[in-house]
Amino acid sequence: MKEKITGSHALMQSLIAEGVDTIFGYPGGQIMPTFDALFDYAKEINHILVRHEQGAVHAAEGYARVSGRVGVALVTSGPGATNAITGIADAMLDSTPLVVIAGQVPTTSLGTDAFQETDLVGITQPLTKWSYQIRTADEVAWAIARAFFIAQTGRPGPVVLDFTKDAQINMVDFHHEKCRFVRSYQPVPDTDPDTVWQAAAIINAAQKPLALVGQGVTLGKAEKEVMEFLEKAQIPAAETLLGLSALPSDYPLNMGMLGMHGNLAPNLKTNECDVLIAIGMRFNERVTGDLTKYARQAKIIHFDIDISELGKNVKPDVGVAGDVKQTIPAVTALLNTARHDEWIAGFKPLAEKEYETVIKNETMPQSGEIRMGEVVQLISDATRHDAVLVTDVGQNQMISARYFKFKHPNSMVTSGGLGTMGFGLPAAIGAKVGAPERTVCLFMGDGGFQMTVEELGTVMQSQIGIKMIVLNNSRLGMVRQWQQLFWKERYSFTTMMNPDFVLLGKAYGIDSRRVQTREELPGAIAEMLKDDRPYLLIVDVETEGMVYPMTPGGTAVDNVLLG
Amino acid sequence: MNSQTLYTITVFSENQVGLLNQISIIFNRRRLNVETLSVSPSAIAGIHKFTITVYSDRDTIEKVVKQIDKRVDIIKAYFNTDDELVHQEIALFKVDTQKLLDSGSVEEMIRRYNIRILEMTENCVVFEKTGHYAETQELFKELSQTVGVLQFIRSGRIAITKSKVERLSDMLATIEEKCKQDCK
Repeated sequence: MKEKITGSHALMQSLIAEGVDTIFGYPGGQIMPTFDALFDYAKEINHILVRHEQGAVHAAEGYARVSGRVGVALVTSGPGATNAITGIADAMLDSTPLVVIAGQVPTTSLGTDAFQETDLVGITQPLTKWSYQIRTADEVAWAIARAFFIAQTGRPGPVVLDFTKDAQINMVDFHHEKCRFVRSYQPVPDTDPDTVWQAAAIINAAQKPLALVGQGVTLGKAEKEVMEFLEKAQIPAAETLLGLSALPSDYPLNMGMLGMHGNLAPNLKTNECDVLIAIGMRFNERVTGDLTKYARQAKIIHFDIDISELGKNVKPDVGVAGDVKQTIPAVTALLNTARHDEWIAGFKPLAEKEYETVIKNETMPQSGEIRMGEVVQLISDATRHDAVLVTDVGQNQMISARYFKFKHPNSMVTSGGLGTMGFGLPAAIGAKVGAPERTVCLFMGDGGFQMTVEELGTVMQSQIGIKMIVLNNSRLGMVRQWQQLFWKERYSFTTMMNPDFVLLGKAYGIDSRRVQTREELPGAIAEMLKDDRPYLLIVDVETEGMVYPMTPGGTAVDNVLLG
Repeated sequence: MNSQTLYTITVFSENQVGLLNQISIIFNRRRLNVETLSVSPSAIAGIHKFTITVYSDRDTIEKVVKQIDKRVDIIKAYFNTDDELVHQEIALFKVDTQKLLDSGSVEEMIRRYNIRILEMTENCVVFEKTGHYAETQELFKELSQTVGVLQFIRSGRIAITKSKVERLSDMLATIEEKCKQDCK
């Protein structure tokens, strides 16, 4: 007979059985037995010690987004668990597969307001795909198997396991078996063959089709299938913020980014197309603007793996439920080869207009303060568009999403749904751990940087070779932009007094440099990229920079301000 | 509120702790007020059945039911309007014995409302009336106006669909078949 092991050791062995080799975590009282077990598995599991539990979860998200694997975070009960909440909510809105394991007080203390007790399952139910309290060591293997199955199948998302202390300590006959089925959970809905026929018929009749590519394409690893679909019928496409990098930036049918700060052509053409084909995206209001004025002229086809998304925001004429890896090729097979030369050519004058009015000045200014766009473009060029882009939230996010270029999928890590300032630094740490062979460029503002700046300690201790670029305008730039445009220039609390970031970086032993003139910029970028060590580059950019184009919130998608 | 329709939502779930919270937060997000709620084990061991009524519009209720159905521990959720259902609620009324006797209309009222008497003491009489909301409400009104009601309680709605389709058993059969394929 096998020897019994503790619930904590069972957890480690279950994680290893699920293929986990990396955990982002932070120890504390009620998770100590598990950290003690982790000590025995240093060879199998690389534990990255973060500086705050929010950082652990964002790092796990960054890891998941670039690697396509489940990110794992390990935290303690009470404040450790509540600190993790922002990351969990972020992963839920952006469909990121995570397993977050938190310590919990012993079962005998549950409900007594014991030290560091919080009702984590109760708190996280609206924010997770599944949350479960492990109360006995016997349940560990079952719960881990189920958690990994749920987190990564269907539309991915975060799972929380609330691990009571006695379940960590008690002994169990360990046996791990992968979960392949949960009776009450259908990861991929059945596809009605009629919807595939109807979609193909509508697309075959289209004169002016437009495809919208979302993160579902990347999550479904269906980039190739989507490109075959687009090419067969020559359908121009645009990407959502989270869909970026699903198509290469220079792909001829890629017409750019959708949304509030997206490209002019696809946003305007949304209200001109006759068939709108949404693939793995959810018609968020940052993409659609006023729904009553959104693509009213078009027939709408919506492909999604989550049937609750079909009709949630936009009522499709045809909703094709299923995995886009299967449904898109099924439609492609029924498509006639087609050309839409005139329609496609119509995007070009708009792209040129955007270039002349916005892009040229933003990326190649001849004088004045440094602009955010030129920094992003120089760095994208210097990495030959091969790097992973991680962003924080705000102007830095929109500018880098607009001007960074991509060659490969899984190259864009950003907080799209929740818009979490402070996401960038820890997410970049996770991205680098998840793709160590790739260059990871992180763009932040001075505001977001300071929300999780403590993770510089993680960069130092684990020598995470990320390239951190702070676009420093000493402002909360996006809020300032809105105050200028919509709040009568009343700049309420959007100016920041900042510390000497270079000294701060140096305090952590990180190579750091501040750039204040355009002339210094290329040299500083070359220095940053010369090796694989962590680097902090502070670029003082114009204090009153604006992100254009802009569709003001709640207005029609084609109501685009160019400056 | 009254311009909206009363929908009956039926939810079949695994028998797990915390299911009620998972369901109620979905209503809470949209500030939908649950009118009645009834929870009990279903005909199939290990599966619980929730019957929830809520005033809303069809568009909202479709989205809400999809979002409930999407939860991992929910087996099936669907909604009906009253015309598609046979439904009942049960109500208990406690009245003062002496006042009831003084009223002189006990037999007539019991016949008219099809009342059952569950208990009778010197102090009080407890009536039971089963029916639609309007029926139990009418009795409540009459008792209140005549003898007075000391205590009153009404259950949540329970309901059975009239349609030919037996959603849960059909669904479980499909699921079991899928399981066999997936686990091969």
